[in-house]
Amino acid sequence: MIPAVFRDSDIADLIEKSLAGERLTAEDGVRLFETRDLAALGWAANRVRESRNGNLAYYLKNRHINYSNICKYDCMFCSFYRKRGQEGAWEWSVEQVLEHVAPFTGSGLKEFHIVGGVHPDLEFDYYLEMLRALKRAHPGVAIKAFTAIEVAYFSEKTGLDLPDVLSRLKEAGLDMLPGGGAEVFSDRVRYKVCRKKADADRWFEVHAAAHALSIPTNATMLYGHIETVEERVDHILRLRELQDRTHGLMSYIPLAYHPSNNRLAKLGAPTGVDALSNVAVGRLLLDNVDHVKAYWIMLGIKTAQLALAWGADDIDGTVTWERIYHMAGAKTPEGMDEERLRRVIAEAGREPVERDAFYNRVTAAEEVVA
Amino acid sequence: MTKHTSPALERAYAKAYAHERLTRDEGVSLIESGDTHQLCALAHRRRMHLHPGPVVTYIVERNINYTNACVTYCRFCAFYRKPGHGEVYVLSHEELGRKIEELLEVGGIQILLQGGHHPDLPLSWYEEMLRFVKRNYPIHVHGFSAPEIEHIAKVEAIPVRAVLERLREAGLDTMPGAGGEMLVDRVRKIIAPLKTTTRAWLDIHRTAHGIGMRTTATMMFGHAETPAERVEHFDSIRTLQDETGGFTAFILWTFQPEHTALYRMEKLESHEYLRTAAVARLYLDNVANLQASWVTQGPRVAEISLRCGINDMGSTMLEENVVSAAGTTYAMNAAEIEHSIRAVGFTPRRRNVYYEEVAA
Repeated sequence: MIPAVFRDSDIADLIEKSLAGERLTAEDGVRLFETRDLAALGWAANRVRESRNGNLAYYLKNRHINYSNICKYDCMFCSFYRKRGQEGAWEWSVEQVLEHVAPFTGSGLKEFHIVGGVHPDLEFDYYLEMLRALKRAHPGVAIKAFTAIEVAYFSEKTGLDLPDVLSRLKEAGLDMLPGGGAEVFSDRVRYKVCRKKADADRWFEVHAAAHALSIPTNATMLYGHIETVEERVDHILRLRELQDRTHGLMSYIPLAYHPSNNRLAKLGAPTGVDALSNVAVGRLLLDNVDHVKAYWIMLGIKTAQLALAWGADDIDGTVTWERIYHMAGAKTPEGMDEERLRRVIAEAGREPVERDAFYNRVTAAEEVVA
Repeated sequence: MTKHTSPALERAYAKAYAHERLTRDEGVSLIESGDTHQLCALAHRRRMHLHPGPVVTYIVERNINYTNACVTYCRFCAFYRKPGHGEVYVLSHEELGRKIEELLEVGGIQILLQGGHHPDLPLSWYEEMLRFVKRNYPIHVHGFSAPEIEHIAKVEAIPVRAVLERLREAGLDTMPGAGGEMLVDRVRKIIAPLKTTTRAWLDIHRTAHGIGMRTTATMMFGHAETPAERVEHFDSIRTLQDETGGFTAFILWTFQPEHTALYRMEKLESHEYLRTAAVARLYLDNVANLQASWVTQGPRVAEISLRCGINDMGSTMLEENVVSAAGTTYAMNAAEIEHSIRAVGFTPRRRNVYYEEVAA
């Protein structure tokens, strides 16, 4: 039953619909984004979140590897990319990648998150070698690597089709694809902010091909720049259609655009209300995706903590070294110790659960082995 | 987790919904087991009932701390220095004047003038400071706090009322609610054993209200108190407000433990802040305004709080020395405050300490 205080809400009918387990439409999604009733929206999303994930809130021990920021593209929302030879450009050899993560051997790490620019020159073999070397050195750590944009470029550069590229990556040690590069699927938005990058159809082809090879993936949406509410809803519903077909999406991650050091800086940061409403609407519309992540690195730990009550069941991980959002002005720390992550979760009234890359609970026994 | 409901909690929800006064037990049941979303919705409903216009106010004000010397040694404080310490300062009139001029240049109308409990400064020193300000600048002085007034009364061995009257005569306009911390003596003994007792804090505000001086009330939480003790604090404020009507606003923020004697305490983030703010809005039915604490919670949570019972974005501060000495804090200027207010669907309005609109 809906509490009295939500009965006069402008989204009361949608709360009813969601409670009844009915699928929400695009029009419903627009109304959810447009409501001023942040509390009602959170209440509804929280019901879905708790029916799916109970009182659990997941985190993991992970490390980011941003192997290079050299990129052939120049997306307007990006503060990370540099051109070859430009000041601040970097590119790690496979040895340097190994050195970067060597200190974490034996720390119970569960995932490497590897993304970089779309490097114009690195050979496909470099990536395969990086995966093999990491797997050899850290066999217990899952590798979540390369956005659809990077994978599409591997295909373009090698002339191999997507299934072939992905099979080779998988054989070399790839376990999952991250959800990046999705930005906003609308052609209008992509033409304005990232026209050189692989288009939405290509993003979906990469993810569908990965799912066909039993490589799970995540999906993101970069909100808070020039997109309309309708475009957000369309983005989320396209993900829902993919998931109906493939069931390969593990989590949905709305990402707040960060307005420093890039060409869209004049826009200002999306609000905290925007952050919670993106988490909540994502949770309500994506009735076929298990997890919604509040990525604390980009939301800030305080907003991420609130997101655990607005539909999110995952707060991401310990991270330690993060460049993409920090070069865009994120003021969060670049890493957080496990104890603090657990406390942040517990303070929100949730049960902290350490997970592996695939949302399996990490038990004390596995901890020792890793 | 959606909290389990109970008849007491349901009664509290129903009374909050009907804009009725909550009992202590009802307040405790809301803060201990109320559902976060219902608390936010009820608090926002109450806020819109009290302030129907889609307006969020703020004030262009500067914090000025005239000294950091202090003999009260509160365990939650990272700002004070013991007298004789190499970092002790006392602001000269020149420095004070320069700070006020900087404030006037950005359109400021008020200073928040506070300091530590300096052992040697006589009442005449404070009077001269106020006269200097009022002689030279068209500025509202929101100054001191109950513990400072009590300290000056002790130094001079005269009654609190006499101190307040002389300061007002010299130029003090209103008094902030600082030093309220947690108005529960069990907690004060732990975090600030030498500071003003609950009763003295309330008496000093009562006295100020009695001579026609408006004040604000504050609460610092997230340290040694229980959630029920936060409600006890609200109750003391509400009771005095029934008697005097002298409080213009209530301001709550979370304790920042870094660099204080209580550094081992766990710092509260935002979830408990939002819930506590919502219950404050519902419980303090006779205090018109609640301020967001963006300095401790950051702009993003402050924006969210504007949908959970908060109707004011507080002050621009310009410089903040006390909370920021104790850890990570945030800064916002007037343009950023206005951007935040607009971006979550309200109209920004500048105000004075009495919550009257002033020209931007």
